[in-house]
Amino acid sequence: MGRKHLFVCGVRVDKEDEMTCLIKGCNFVLRNIPHEAFVYAKHADSEFRFQTTQPDIFPYLLVNIGSGVSIVKVESEDKFERIGGSSIGGGTFWGLGALLTKTKRFDELLQLASKGQHTSVDMLVKDIYGGSYGSLGLTGDLIASSFGKSATADKEFSKEDMAKSLLHMISNDIGQLACLYAKLHQLSRVYFGGFFIRGHPVTMHTITYSINFFTKGEVQALFLRHEGYLGAIGAFLKGAEEDNPNQYSWGENYAGSSGLLSISPEMNPMQRARSGTFDMLEMDRLERQLVNLHLLQDPSSYIPDTVDLTEDAPAREYWLDCFEEALDGVVKRAVASQPDMAESVERAEKFRHKYRHKLQTLRHQPFAYGSLTVRSLLDTREHCLNEFNFPDPYSKIKQKENDSALKYYQKAVRSLEELSWEQRQFALVRGVLAGNVFDWGAKAVSDVLDSDPEFGFEEAKRQLEERPWLVDSYDQWLQRLKGRPHKCALFFVDNSGVDIILGVMPFVRELLSRGTEVVLASNSGPALNDVTNGELQILTERIAAMDPVIQAGLKDDRLTLIQSGSSSPCLDLSRLDKVLAMVVRERHTDLVIIEGMGRAIHTNYYATLSCESLKMAVIKNSWLADRLGGKLFSVVFKYEVPARGAHANAV
Amino acid sequence: MKVASCKKTGSFPWFGMDIGGTLVKLVYFEPRDITAEEEQEEVENLKSIRRYLTSNTAYGTTGIRDVHLELRDLTLCGRTGNLHFIRFPTHDLPTFLQMGSSKHFSSLHTSLCATGGGAYKFEDDFRTTADLELHKLDELDCLIRGVLYIDAVVSRGPSECYYFENPAEPDRCVQRPYALENPYPLLLVNIGSGVSILAVYSENNYKRVTGTSLGGGTFLGLCCLLTGCSTFEEALEMASQGESTRVDKLVRDIYGGDYERFGLPGWAVASSFGNMMSKDKRESVSKQDLARATLVTITNNIGSITRMCALNENIERVVFVGNFLRVNTLSMKLLAYAMDYWSKGQLKALFLRHEGYFGAVGALLELLHPS
Repeated sequence: MGRKHLFVCGVRVDKEDEMTCLIKGCNFVLRNIPHEAFVYAKHADSEFRFQTTQPDIFPYLLVNIGSGVSIVKVESEDKFERIGGSSIGGGTFWGLGALLTKTKRFDELLQLASKGQHTSVDMLVKDIYGGSYGSLGLTGDLIASSFGKSATADKEFSKEDMAKSLLHMISNDIGQLACLYAKLHQLSRVYFGGFFIRGHPVTMHTITYSINFFTKGEVQALFLRHEGYLGAIGAFLKGAEEDNPNQYSWGENYAGSSGLLSISPEMNPMQRARSGTFDMLEMDRLERQLVNLHLLQDPSSYIPDTVDLTEDAPAREYWLDCFEEALDGVVKRAVASQPDMAESVERAEKFRHKYRHKLQTLRHQPFAYGSLTVRSLLDTREHCLNEFNFPDPYSKIKQKENDSALKYYQKAVRSLEELSWEQRQFALVRGVLAGNVFDWGAKAVSDVLDSDPEFGFEEAKRQLEERPWLVDSYDQWLQRLKGRPHKCALFFVDNSGVDIILGVMPFVRELLSRGTEVVLASNSGPALNDVTNGELQILTERIAAMDPVIQAGLKDDRLTLIQSGSSSPCLDLSRLDKVLAMVVRERHTDLVIIEGMGRAIHTNYYATLSCESLKMAVIKNSWLADRLGGKLFSVVFKYEVPARGAHANAV
Repeated sequence: MKVASCKKTGSFPWFGMDIGGTLVKLVYFEPRDITAEEEQEEVENLKSIRRYLTSNTAYGTTGIRDVHLELRDLTLCGRTGNLHFIRFPTHDLPTFLQMGSSKHFSSLHTSLCATGGGAYKFEDDFRTTADLELHKLDELDCLIRGVLYIDAVVSRGPSECYYFENPAEPDRCVQRPYALENPYPLLLVNIGSGVSILAVYSENNYKRVTGTSLGGGTFLGLCCLLTGCSTFEEALEMASQGESTRVDKLVRDIYGGDYERFGLPGWAVASSFGNMMSKDKRESVSKQDLARATLVTITNNIGSITRMCALNENIERVVFVGNFLRVNTLSMKLLAYAMDYWSKGQLKALFLRHEGYFGAVGALLELLHPS
């Protein structure tokens, strides 16, 4: 999968290179970690709004608020400049705060500030005007003079009020200056970091408010999830041999990372239970680089996930419950997959404990790892399994299923050949769909799998929902098939066993017979019972031995197998293996087929491509089916043609 | 300056008021060309008001007349006289109103032109306590009007507008007069309780660029809290004796010298009050040091924001006014130096002698030459 690198917050770096490391680290996280940047909206339904990674992150302004403030304009990987700064920063808040309130610790000061009323200490516009200063649009509640009432008041002020006043004073000042610099350099992306901000909703809120005020809502303050690690990451990149971080792609390891936590104890009872003060970030360096699929209609606005669980509370509750309930089964499966290995039971229990802890964290802190989605829940589970040495719990099952399904392959193909052309097209589609039902991830199906797969497959086809399907564009697909064959189809496959062998392969075979090239993209690493590229290579060889069409396809290089870059049951089309992306482009791919619930429903359901696409899946979760307007085992067959004018393969 | 047609003749007294967040500024025109006939007809309370104001330099416990700013032999609306500049804390406005009431000011049937927030806030109090109707005016309109008038009219004595030469060198630092003719475009920074920054393109064309809440009120308020002082003068006195570098964390404290890469000299402040994060240091600094640090922090911040505004608006001349700068040479020199240094000589900091009175002057002008 890749080399692991562990970063610990709070690592000190040589002062001279501090800025360089900071910027290198910032560029790195913006590029490589999805949902790295976010907007903080205190009063909205979802506090944290995560931003999708942009293909082009430059130029941007980084405002680092440490003891003092540094304002850095970053124009490219190597070009950045400290364009200004301010001496009124975190040190001022801390220093003045300590003097005024006799509170020693920074966190405590913020605590006080969060409870204070600044209006007793500050002179507001209404204190001077009796109301608002209408002609200038200055509302009465705006602060006209910070601490303006402190000179004339006869009473003493509370610590909380003074702290609040100080917080506003400093946040507003920094915000104002940041806006002036952003305006001068015409920058609309402004990121804030530094210990003043780090994980403090109070300061994030005041800074956000300030920026919003001074730019009249035109610029949004952005924060970084891994802000505390920028220097350490930068230092690592600087010191490591591979100085060009762009050579590699990186992924955040959810098992090893501790995530974004809010500080106030009232909100997060788990915070108190946590021992140690180090926060952790674990990144997996992937051996192969990940890039965008060029066939995405609009890469900059592409969001793989269909539902955002951070915003959708009922959905979130359902899925968190679902994953928690499934935990028993997963643990059993893990233990069963390593019956002879040492301490598999203990390790499985550790896995259970860890994953449950993550789920608990997510219940209280949905934003801990960026946007919460079914994908992220699935991926987190995979990472945790990996951590406790269960890299492929379904390995044996997959093998067994593959063997069984292979036995039936030739018979399946022969019966298809006996059908008329039109009947065959329909049978092939139903074959893929029925095959997709065979998924260990869905409890509803697992019983059938223990019996004879031939019987199971036929039964599944019979049981398949009658048309019209929940999403049914079969007629348009059939019509299309009567036209010119596609040049090349990219097929993202799903499960091992019946799915790939009896469902997908015959479909692929038909495409090859029509003269369409096929690129089969499967997982780089295992996830559930999804077929991996390594496994698919072997399977295809075995099928080729019994099927001259497949054999010829392989030989003539019209059938290619490439790893997708993913080790997830879901699919992120903005992070695909570079080689895959290249081949797809070179072959002028004009059809993308995505199969399965993970890749076509939990993700990419709404994805728009610049070429024709086919999304096929059977919904094996009744809640999700209900959500989409159907019932358990509803079929989704979504054939889409790009809008007129959208030109595919603009290479 | 062309003399606009006078709508007003007679009907003394002539006042202009600016009721700010902290101070009330009052300008009073004392006619010196009163004819014998006029004197005969002059109402008693008007006479007593004139006498009271001109024979005292202090009023009550907190009222002050800035004699050194008095403009003598001024001609306004065909009358010749002296223009007086008086101030007192807004806090004591009730006392002022009481006086106005006891002297039956309202019977003089004169309009009272007032600007500043207080003109709106205290409108009802004027009515109920002193039976006076305020003619409310916009403070920025008055400010600009007042600035342009005073600069044009001061022909004798020290120049209204000046700058500092060699502000960083105490032995060589001198005030030099500056002729503010063809002043546009101009950045006008008014430092009162809070700060307003205006871009002025012509007599009637200006806009408020921005403002900041870190102003004179902040300096005074923080000083009072940190040192226990209670007046602006006390705070300044303390500041003049203190050493802010004990309180602030400088670039050299962090980098051991200059941070050459980014052109930051070692003496620049990296973090205001930054040394106060440490308990030991907190206990070792004096009240004077704290007062100085507060002054320096607020002043430099205003300088920073001003500089950025000047760049964004493309203006090279900056005029600082407002009572924060009253008897505050420390801040003035700091501003002068900062503007010059950080802009590499592109920006020039200018100051006006009548500092915080322009709003009141503008109000008086509105009384005499309604726009």
